[in-house]
Amino acid sequence: MLHLLQNALKAAQPSRRTFLKMSAGTVGGLIIAAKLPNTAQAAAQDGDFIQPFVHIRPDNTVVVLSKHLDKGQGVNTGLATLVADELDASWDQVTTEFAPSNPQVYANTLFGVQGTGGSTAIPNSFMQYRQAGAAAKAMLVAAAAQQWGVAADSISVSQGIVSDNAGHSATLGELAGLAAQQDIPSEPVLKTPDQWVYIGKSFPRVDTKNKSTGAPNTYTMDVHKDGMLVAVLARPPRFGGKPVSFDDTATRQVAGVVDVIQVPTGVAVLATSTWPAIQGAQTLSVEWDDSTAEMRSTTEIMAEMQDMVTKSGVNVRRDGDPEAALASADRVIEVDYEFPFLAHGAMEPLDIVMTFDGEKAEIWTASQIQTIDHNVASATLGIPFENVSINTLWAGGSFGRRAQGDAHPVAEAALITKALHEKGQSGVPVKVVWTREHDTAGGYYRPMSAHKVRVGLDADGNVTAWSHRMAAKSIVKGTPFEAFLMKDGVDHNMTEGAHDTTYAFPVFEMDQHFAETPVPVLWWRSVGHTHSAYVVETMVDRIARETGKDPVAYRLELLKDDPRKANVLKLAAEKAGWDQPVAEGRHRGVAVHKSFGSYVAEIAEISMRDDGTIKVEKVTCAVDCGIPINPDNIKAQIEGGIGYGLGAVLRNEITLTDGIVDQQNFDTYAPLRMSDMPEIDIHIVPSTEAPMGIGEPGTPPIGPAVANAIAAARKEWITVLPMTRHGLV
Amino acid sequence: MSVTLTINGEPRTIDADPDTPLLWVLRDELKMTGTKFGCGIASCGACTVHWDGMPIRSCQTYLADLEGANLTTIEGVNGKAAEAVQAAWVELDVPQCGYCQSGQVLAATALLAETPKPTDDDIDAAMDGNVCRCATYARIRKAIHLAAEKMEA
Ligand code: FES
Ligand code: FES
Repeated sequence: MLHLLQNALKAAQPSRRTFLKMSAGTVGGLIIAAKLPNTAQAAAQDGDFIQPFVHIRPDNTVVVLSKHLDKGQGVNTGLATLVADELDASWDQVTTEFAPSNPQVYANTLFGVQGTGGSTAIPNSFMQYRQAGAAAKAMLVAAAAQQWGVAADSISVSQGIVSDNAGHSATLGELAGLAAQQDIPSEPVLKTPDQWVYIGKSFPRVDTKNKSTGAPNTYTMDVHKDGMLVAVLARPPRFGGKPVSFDDTATRQVAGVVDVIQVPTGVAVLATSTWPAIQGAQTLSVEWDDSTAEMRSTTEIMAEMQDMVTKSGVNVRRDGDPEAALASADRVIEVDYEFPFLAHGAMEPLDIVMTFDGEKAEIWTASQIQTIDHNVASATLGIPFENVSINTLWAGGSFGRRAQGDAHPVAEAALITKALHEKGQSGVPVKVVWTREHDTAGGYYRPMSAHKVRVGLDADGNVTAWSHRMAAKSIVKGTPFEAFLMKDGVDHNMTEGAHDTTYAFPVFEMDQHFAETPVPVLWWRSVGHTHSAYVVETMVDRIARETGKDPVAYRLELLKDDPRKANVLKLAAEKAGWDQPVAEGRHRGVAVHKSFGSYVAEIAEISMRDDGTIKVEKVTCAVDCGIPINPDNIKAQIEGGIGYGLGAVLRNEITLTDGIVDQQNFDTYAPLRMSDMPEIDIHIVPSTEAPMGIGEPGTPPIGPAVANAIAAARKEWITVLPMTRHGLV
Repeated sequence: MSVTLTINGEPRTIDADPDTPLLWVLRDELKMTGTKFGCGIASCGACTVHWDGMPIRSCQTYLADLEGANLTTIEGVNGKAAEAVQAAWVELDVPQCGYCQSGQVLAATALLAETPKPTDDDIDAAMDGNVCRCATYARIRKAIHLAAEKMEA
């Protein structure tokens, strides 16, 4: 597998240089003038206006090409907003399509490769898509000027109608063909914020109707090709296990099963439809080689990590001399934390459709990092990059799961189609379907981690030293992401939100330890912040409560140099009525955290049932994510982020017993349900700062806000998650 | 074995293994992909369809038991409650990834057909079997109340 990763990385290099060039200020010109794929140019004959990010069709449809994966976060609507605003299109005429895989044109300017993640979609597209819309508008205006024989500055565009004061008027579609022949402006003039018609307003998503009516061809799972086979694999019961041999006598008796193919990740049962493939995989008898597999239980892995944090590790940040400050402190609060592995549990299990005819390959999947998927397909099949094409579909969720550095679903599908090709079944489309059990027990988890925090206090209760160590398996070490995301042997993802805290402590230290296990780990909605926010925000709360201070007032004292964070905290406190007594039987907890450039404060109000379990009744939230492009979508993402984080802290953990995952489906990895969902009240801070991510920042504060409410209720600090372990759920 | 049943008002004869779950009959045999596969063990509700207007989990309903059944899927659901639900879904932009939403719409439609003015507790009871990993629950609740208003109007 390593050579595939190296290959993927190699392909990323040229575009990374492009990124550096772009950062120097040439984004607009480069992208607007980018060379189009041949197919697009060919299509440009018949009155179409075709540019990399915008197509305008003669039927007056404006198609915005999304270079990102929409996995529910609403990015297609966001990108359409940016284009429609600068173009002055009517919202009704705008639709979106996913762009082809082409890193030269569609790279995420913050990654250097085409891909979505880290809540970067809007930040890296904000100028690019506006420029694309503005350029298209300038070309339409130039076309109208030419056609009507009037000066360009007498022409205006509004709600999809181009007109002048002499009575001429045309739709965008009518002018599209002529506009395509105009010069592409190298520096299109952008609107000023007061001219925006869509940005900053709430209006409907582009995908709601299809998703409310079960429209076909939306998700990978729905793709059907003539002659397609469905592959379901028998997968190794232990991480790192490999198939040695199999007995498919029973499998071949299942009606519909047509072939059985061994690949490194398991044994694939191919059938004419899904059900026989599932049954066939279940009846397969496979001998596994576990010689390099993880044989330990999670209790043993955790014990090893707890041992690690008793010692210093790789230093991430150090201000002053923490050991000396701790030694001379009046008292030291020392707390150990444990966080479990978490599965992403996206509603649509992993899936991919692929064909390979010996020369060319085509992929249909919700590709999150197209450039890596593309390279892995090309390397696995031994065909040139340009012989692979990727059709990106809507994802039924991801939460990070589809952004793998090894593109393992692509590699697996490629090996299956290659085997079919070699068997004379060239070009047969194969849909690889993961069952829920495969998805839950299949790894690529949020890493489990151990933390040790020691806080020194003086006689007045002031913090004199803060020392934080953590141990986990790194998500990026040893993957293609390492070159981009690790610096001087430090994985900043691991401790983000902790090493860069803006709480003002005079002496500070953050160390990290790299634990090793064959269990694959991956980003999980908000990555390092999933545990760092919990540790920092429960510790700060504990210090406040143990020194007799109000948790909000105490945080504000520590946040003198971080006005945006202080501001969201104040706003949430005000809206939650923090200075008034909480209702009888209710308890409140607060947390505030910055992640992915956005600031979120959450105040959780809980009630305790007689049996000692909790119900999170209400969450009041304040968010500052820079310019709010679509406030209603920001609210949706915060609501979802809170629910996603809450479900995990309440109930979720992946545990291993002798290397075998104990949870398999939603019965044992229990998701948040309707009756668990709190009422949510969200307040968005008006801002003129650059817009930042919103898919993830709602998640980190909810765990600590709830934990702090529990501490308020019964003076018990929850330091080991999930809360089911403490009889709270 | 062949089974004759009605799907979305249309009589159909299905020739398949009687142990095949309805979910896969719909998705693979009939290419009606609006009904989703989420868990396969009746734990998530993504595969919800109506049998005589009652919500059922198609992943745990087998073809052998469906002789003469009258089924409705997301592709064919209609009537006052369904129209109100889908209009409310669009008005409040309920879906995020959307993968659970066929099931949510069918569960909500069945609830409103039975209980036109549901309380929050009614909603919890009727909708708890339908998981949304994007946690659109707050909007689903609001949209059900809105649909109830629309039905009254
Ligand atoms: S797929 Fe049937 S309930 Fe989940
Ligand atoms: S909208 Fe994504 S699972 Fe419900």
